[in-house]
Amino acid sequence: MNGTRTASYVYAVTRPFDEDRLTGARGVGGAPVRLVVQDGLAAAVSAVPLDEFDEDALAERLEDRAWLEATARAHHAVVDAVARSAVAMPLRLSTLYRDDDRVRAVLRGNRERFGAVLTRLDGRVEWGVKVYADPDRAAARPTPDEPRAPAGVGAGRAYLNRRREQRHGREDAWRAAAELARRLDERLRELAEAGERHRPQDGRLSGASGENVLNAAYLVARGGDGERFLRAVREFGRDLAAGVRVELSGPWAPYSFAGGAAAGAPDPVGPGEPA
Amino acid sequence: MSGGYAPGPVDRAAAGAPVFAEREVALVDLLDRLLAKGVVISGDVTISIAEVDLVRVSLRALVSSVNEDVPSPWGDRAPRRAAPRGRGR
Repeated sequence: MNGTRTASYVYAVTRPFDEDRLTGARGVGGAPVRLVVQDGLAAAVSAVPLDEFDEDALAERLEDRAWLEATARAHHAVVDAVARSAVAMPLRLSTLYRDDDRVRAVLRGNRERFGAVLTRLDGRVEWGVKVYADPDRAAARPTPDEPRAPAGVGAGRAYLNRRREQRHGREDAWRAAAELARRLDERLRELAEAGERHRPQDGRLSGASGENVLNAAYLVARGGDGERFLRAVREFGRDLAAGVRVELSGPWAPYSFAGGAAAGAPDPVGPGEPA
Repeated sequence: MSGGYAPGPVDRAAAGAPVFAEREVALVDLLDRLLAKGVVISGDVTISIAEVDLVRVSLRALVSSVNEDVPSPWGDRAPRRAAPRGRGR
């Protein structure tokens, strides 16, 4: 195969803006980013070597952590660069077209659908909110008035008491985290325009301690709504029970809200899992 | 930290700093968004990789990189096999 053939990697769909604002932005593989404009829409695009992204190569490279991370971060950098200038509808990692003509055809063919999504996302950002239960940490907390274990029989009893308290501490942390997640999600959905749940993260991937019981994203307008939303997160973050943790990330370009809207339907995943 | 609260870059953002300020985001948070969500357009090239496979393959790569001894959390169904490149060290 000819290794120099390229494809057009699309990062995001947006409204046309001054392309100079993308000067300096670098996409996957360090390639410069340009706008492909059609029918009042624009796609942020860069050229990538096709042989790196054909199906077999991609399957293999996704196993390569360094490649995956570099590609994901490059994708994200371009999406952020676009979002600084205009409304951005981020696309999935590795969305490729053979050439810019195909990109234009896709914009033309989806003009109304993409336009509706961009209208919905304009002026909004995404915030990520996670709740963790960290029962070990809760259990590890010394009980304030724990009597010093005496020798002999009393020591055994004290040990058992301590174990029981630890177990209760764990259960309390779980219960508290689950309850907090429920109330927090309910409240944030009221303040946000939409909410989405991601799958709880595996601690081995995230490196976070404890169990991730809520991994949610919220679409929030900038300005007053955003302030209210952030204030609510802070308030919930105060006076947490032992072993419960809240984390906020963002603002993100509205990654989690481009797909559901594009499918033509709001995507109201309630706090309860669908049966 | 137990009972802790990690605010992230929120205070800066709320204080009126530019949105989407330069910052390092957690790779897992990014992959949540880049793989599981986001608009699916049928690309010319990657269309035939099913969504689920994509997620499994890439997360498996991450798990492997964290600890080679960790078995795949998805057990039964092995994702596409690829040369064990770039894993561990």
